[in-house]
Amino acid sequence: MTGWIDTLLQGLLLGGLYALFAMGQSLIFGVMRLTNVAHGDFIVLAGFVAFALVGALGIGPLAAFAFLLPLAMLSGYLLQRAVLNDTLGKDPLPSLVVTFGLSIVIQNALQEIFSADPRSISAEPLATASVQIMEGLSAGVLPLAIFAIALAAAASLQWLFARTAIGRAFRATSDDAETAELMGLDSRAVYALATALAFALIAAAGLLQAMRTTISPADGPGLLLFAFEAVVIGGLGSFWGTFAGGLILGVTQAIGFRFDPGWGIWLGHIVFLAVLLARPQGLVPRTR
Amino acid sequence: MSLLRTRGLEAFYGDFQALFGVDLEIAEGEVLAVIGANGAGKSTLLRTICGVLKAPRDAVHFDGEPIGGLRPGEIARRGIAMVPEGRRLFPSLSVEENLRIGEQSRRRGAWTLEAVYALFPMLRDKRGAPATSLSGGQQQMVAIGRALVANPRLLLCDEMSLGLAPIVVKEIYAALPAVVAGGLSVILVEQDISLACGVSDRLYCLQEGRVTLSGPSASFGREDISRAYFGADLGDYGAPRA
Repeated sequence: MTGWIDTLLQGLLLGGLYALFAMGQSLIFGVMRLTNVAHGDFIVLAGFVAFALVGALGIGPLAAFAFLLPLAMLSGYLLQRAVLNDTLGKDPLPSLVVTFGLSIVIQNALQEIFSADPRSISAEPLATASVQIMEGLSAGVLPLAIFAIALAAAASLQWLFARTAIGRAFRATSDDAETAELMGLDSRAVYALATALAFALIAAAGLLQAMRTTISPADGPGLLLFAFEAVVIGGLGSFWGTFAGGLILGVTQAIGFRFDPGWGIWLGHIVFLAVLLARPQGLVPRTR
Repeated sequence: MSLLRTRGLEAFYGDFQALFGVDLEIAEGEVLAVIGANGAGKSTLLRTICGVLKAPRDAVHFDGEPIGGLRPGEIARRGIAMVPEGRRLFPSLSVEENLRIGEQSRRRGAWTLEAVYALFPMLRDKRGAPATSLSGGQQQMVAIGRALVANPRLLLCDEMSLGLAPIVVKEIYAALPAVVAGGLSVILVEQDISLACGVSDRLYCLQEGRVTLSGPSASFGREDISRAYFGADLGDYGAPRA
């Protein structure tokens, strides 16, 4: 019995990380209908930048994040203004092609600089610390922290979108960019702000991925796939939906892994396809 | 000095030319009606003034400065607000959130949320409802309120009566005196000619992208207008062809 509870717990904790992967994707798609094919590669890139910062400056992961966060947000803002804004429009192809190209560039640049070896950032003493929940059941402090960060991110984004002026600007621009501009908004600036926020999530996801496991230059597409699956399972209605999608994916994979180490990822794909068939709008569809 | 002036304004949809050398002027506090048949270029004129369609820099002057070619957001922040055709409310925003989008013009003035609720009291009870759940007339009030909250100096209203029952149209136009009381200038695009003549100081009639008649609204008879509207004196042919 505790075995199943343990599986569920590990799945939820894994799902927290997936939710973090997915929320940046969900944010960008929700505001500007842009599918960022390089999303996973940006997460890996952020992880490597954190890895380099830790190595070069001899600082801890938290201090590295203090450098990484503003750097990532600025990069996201500039990427949107300089490149991605020009790919937006009725036709989704230009943005797909451009982000696909970015994905290839990032993977090859990382391989050139860091080689193909997997790297990780030491999270000691967090990595080995754990708390005992009950007899025979304990959870790592780092995965718990990641879960808490994902939960806080979902709550903050939900609040930002529902309650603030910038959230209203995001939703209005998403509804009808032309009319939003008539009201005094600059859609290009609104999109750039959304991407800056998404890159804050990417920075956190990259650092935490490198701390929890390893990162290597070719990991991006795999992370993108998990992010995609979480977004589709959860639906685009809210960040809570995306968060739930991440958890469902994590739990499904954990159950699969319990049957057979080769089944985890596969079972995740099956659930994703099942949701896509039975409920293409996702579990939490757009409500208003 | 005029608040807004267009000089030889032309507009294009691809290769199709929709406006041919339109000269229009509106003074501070004036209510202008633009009438004309479908496809005469009325909406195109408004869409060009507010920047959705690009105009040459010097073709549109607002408050003494050229605004042609500026982005719509920049023009809105300078004080031109639009009540778009079909209302174009934001469906994922509530009534109050729609109104507050007007604040994005970053202009302060007499038009606050409270002032809009005082003008259209029925919106107050629906403030939390999704904007698109309202009746057509109430949605039109939200669209007007959203533009007013921007505290513009010039308000552009595109076909406010379209698709609304006559009694609702009357109710909406009853708010006009309160709107212009503060010295706001208004350009109304209207299909309903007698309504347009009744509420405006001056009118312009467009036909196939050209101004065919302009002057004080009270000075024109039905014949002047129908000649400018259809390009023919209907008196000779009997019933209107439209």
